[in-house]
Amino acid sequence: MKKGQDLKPGSKGKPSAGDVTRREFLKITGSGIFVFFMLGDASLLVQDSLARRVSKALPHDFNAFLRIQEDGRVSCYTGKIEMGQGVITSLAQMLADELDVSHEAVDMVMGDTDLCPWDMGTFGSRTTRFFGPPLRAAGAEARGVLLELAAEHLKIPVERLATASGMVFDKRDTKSRVSYAQLTRGKRIDRHLSEPPALKKPSEFKIMNRPALRTDALEKVTGRAKYAGDIRVPGMLYAKILRLPSHGARLIDVDLSRAERVPGIRVVLDGDLIAVLHEYPDVAEEALSQIQAKFQSPESGLDEKNIFDHLLRVAPQGEVVARNGHLQKGELAAKTVFEKTYLDGYVAHAPIEPHTAMVKMEGKRATVWASAQTPFRVQSEVAAELGLPEENVRVISPYVGGGFGGKTRNLQAVEAARLAKLSGRPVQVAWSREEEFFNDTFRPAAVVKIKSAITEGGRISLWDYHVYFAGQRGSEHFYDIPNHRTMIHGSGWRAAPGSHPFATGAWRAPANNTNTFARESQMDIMAAKAAMDPLEFRMKHLGNGKMKRLLKAAAERFGWRPARAPSGRGYGVACGTDAGTLVATMAEVRVDRETGQVRVKRVLCGQDMGLCINPEGARIQMEGCVTMGLGYALKEDIHFRGGKILDLNFDTYEIPRFSWLPGIETLIIDDQNASPQGGGEPAIITMGAVIANAIFDALRVRVFQLPMTPERIKEALGAA
Amino acid sequence: MKEKIQFKVNDRPVELDVDPNRMLLWVLRTDLGLTGTKYGCGQSHCGACTVLVNNGAVRSCQTPVKDVRGQEVLTIEGLGSNGRLHPLQKAFMAQDALQCGFCTPGMIMNAHALLLKNPRPSPTEILEGMDDNLCRCGSHTRIVRAIQAVAEGKERRA
Repeated sequence: MKKGQDLKPGSKGKPSAGDVTRREFLKITGSGIFVFFMLGDASLLVQDSLARRVSKALPHDFNAFLRIQEDGRVSCYTGKIEMGQGVITSLAQMLADELDVSHEAVDMVMGDTDLCPWDMGTFGSRTTRFFGPPLRAAGAEARGVLLELAAEHLKIPVERLATASGMVFDKRDTKSRVSYAQLTRGKRIDRHLSEPPALKKPSEFKIMNRPALRTDALEKVTGRAKYAGDIRVPGMLYAKILRLPSHGARLIDVDLSRAERVPGIRVVLDGDLIAVLHEYPDVAEEALSQIQAKFQSPESGLDEKNIFDHLLRVAPQGEVVARNGHLQKGELAAKTVFEKTYLDGYVAHAPIEPHTAMVKMEGKRATVWASAQTPFRVQSEVAAELGLPEENVRVISPYVGGGFGGKTRNLQAVEAARLAKLSGRPVQVAWSREEEFFNDTFRPAAVVKIKSAITEGGRISLWDYHVYFAGQRGSEHFYDIPNHRTMIHGSGWRAAPGSHPFATGAWRAPANNTNTFARESQMDIMAAKAAMDPLEFRMKHLGNGKMKRLLKAAAERFGWRPARAPSGRGYGVACGTDAGTLVATMAEVRVDRETGQVRVKRVLCGQDMGLCINPEGARIQMEGCVTMGLGYALKEDIHFRGGKILDLNFDTYEIPRFSWLPGIETLIIDDQNASPQGGGEPAIITMGAVIANAIFDALRVRVFQLPMTPERIKEALGAA
Repeated sequence: MKEKIQFKVNDRPVELDVDPNRMLLWVLRTDLGLTGTKYGCGQSHCGACTVLVNNGAVRSCQTPVKDVRGQEVLTIEGLGSNGRLHPLQKAFMAQDALQCGFCTPGMIMNAHALLLKNPRPSPTEILEGMDDNLCRCGSHTRIVRAIQAVAEGKERRA
């Protein structure tokens, strides 16, 4: 965390709302606190939430991050959670290396609001980039203090001492030694260094930058790993909640009498909330089906086909986020102008674990177990729902069964809190798969319009880029183009009411999948017209040395031979940047002209993510991104009629399966001199474009809409 | 309408006084406290709830408990023996063949049933045999590798 950006360093406790001037709006992020200026008057509400949030920043005391236990094991405290992305392993690597203990000696304590330092949430591929440095600094300072303590204990000057495997020893006589545990005896260390010590250089690493297997695997392969739905407490009840048939619907009439006759059932009716509670979840589910309810659903003609026209109709004016040169000049210099429109449908997060939470109340205190990417946000929301001070609410994060952005929203925890309060019993709310689809905050449907041009010599002279409703991430191109403009119309998940018929939200590498699909498709269209190999065309427009280096390495590994598209080979290339990481992907596809079925045969994914903390973990994420990306590229698309979601389970909403598997190869450029960048999301961004470009290379036709279903491919073939 | 139902879970006899139409998944997870078997979809689409009944893979979310009367049920908790890991569990660890881990018990149980039926499956047979088990994290490549390692005898019971 950058200390210079912290407005109130070391502030303890909660400042009053008066600490905040009216026009200053402090936005707290994982990398510090930034000042924003509000144009209007800050409402009391904002000030109130502000007052609560101002104290929320990473602490400076290293004791908040680690504790050396009496047995010598080291507890590492982080507000981050483990949802599969593997930071349970890589954060321990970072701390162990800086502290000089073995990787195995570190126990991770994650996402427990009573024990862990505040954290904004686990999203945006931010853990390694922004939590990593302060964690490493904490480890380095603790090691420095331990050296001082050992010097006093051993009566040997610090300069003569060294550390290894949780021990401080005399370099001249290694038998003269003392363990960290002996020095600290399980207590917090009330000493600090006046000068923060330097972090280890890559040449000094013993644990970082080396492949490490997942440390949570044993628990997960034996079924011992606990997820929110696996928590059991005495007296608990399972709740099932009556849902609306469509977003925006209203309950007109309800008959609970049959549900009330289910033995052991408790029916809760509280305002808009109707729930049934039972000691068995399946009996609660059965009782729910006995509720007879009539609803009125609003009329809406919107569906997955006409949504794009609607979005363009309601789109806001937009704001320029990047520009240079003069668009007119670019057009005048052009030999060929290309105006294309790209469409992207709604996509579900669909983690295999649906949203789940349990809340137990004891007097004025509540404990929450939640499948959440944002435990501290859950703490605020549950506290508000229960009318308790935040410190009276403890959120414990069990393992999270996949998030992908969808578990940054945790309505289920608030529902469980409400029902626990109403019933006086611990209550678990575990959404069914149907509720998971219905309540999901989908990746927004979006439109991208690009007007671009090339000169006689095949250089891009114009780039006018408009993205509607996807969001900004990944919208700014990185090519050498003299005249360009990038405009954002509507954000990805804070669109004005009336934009989308249901909630939208952050989906793995938000906005970037849509933006990279559009940009990299357009690049290939221009390359084809310029009669150039698509890789060569990109190279020609790349000033960025790192992206060039990455593309070159990827091409070599893939065995890319230059040819202008369509070459008939079914080869595609696409590149992009996300969360500070550069991605270059190449793929080979085979397409059945009769059925329109695409078979992705192999994918090579290359990544430059700066210094790589755990190369094995990074590769798993890349493979996961490639596999998951096949879904939005080829199949996944939420069907709906207004606020009614038609895809509510995996029968109609198909996600990637074993039989889709391409050969996947990964390539990591290990740039040890660059700081570590994001790893959980970047590799997914290129999957739409690389397959679209490969399909074009195979068939000579292009699909402008995701997902590229057999129907759309046949339609494109028919039009050609 | 409760009935007495007896069956074996992980080699242990159990006798339950239970509504015979309740699904095995919920009986395992609530009545028996075996939470390793997961709910993913409730409709047999995803395989997170896969357990073995008499050595065959079944979807416990759609199997009424009366159907396992007198049968032998094996869940992820009973796969290892005497505290030793099953070769599939070892292989999943060695290959890092999991991420969030929520589909993992179902994956391992389905793979176990597959290998019981066909100890030397070809890569294609592995893909076909595992195709109805869903993983959202995208660990498929490594799961296939783990199953292959066991089929080729590279992982033995520890």
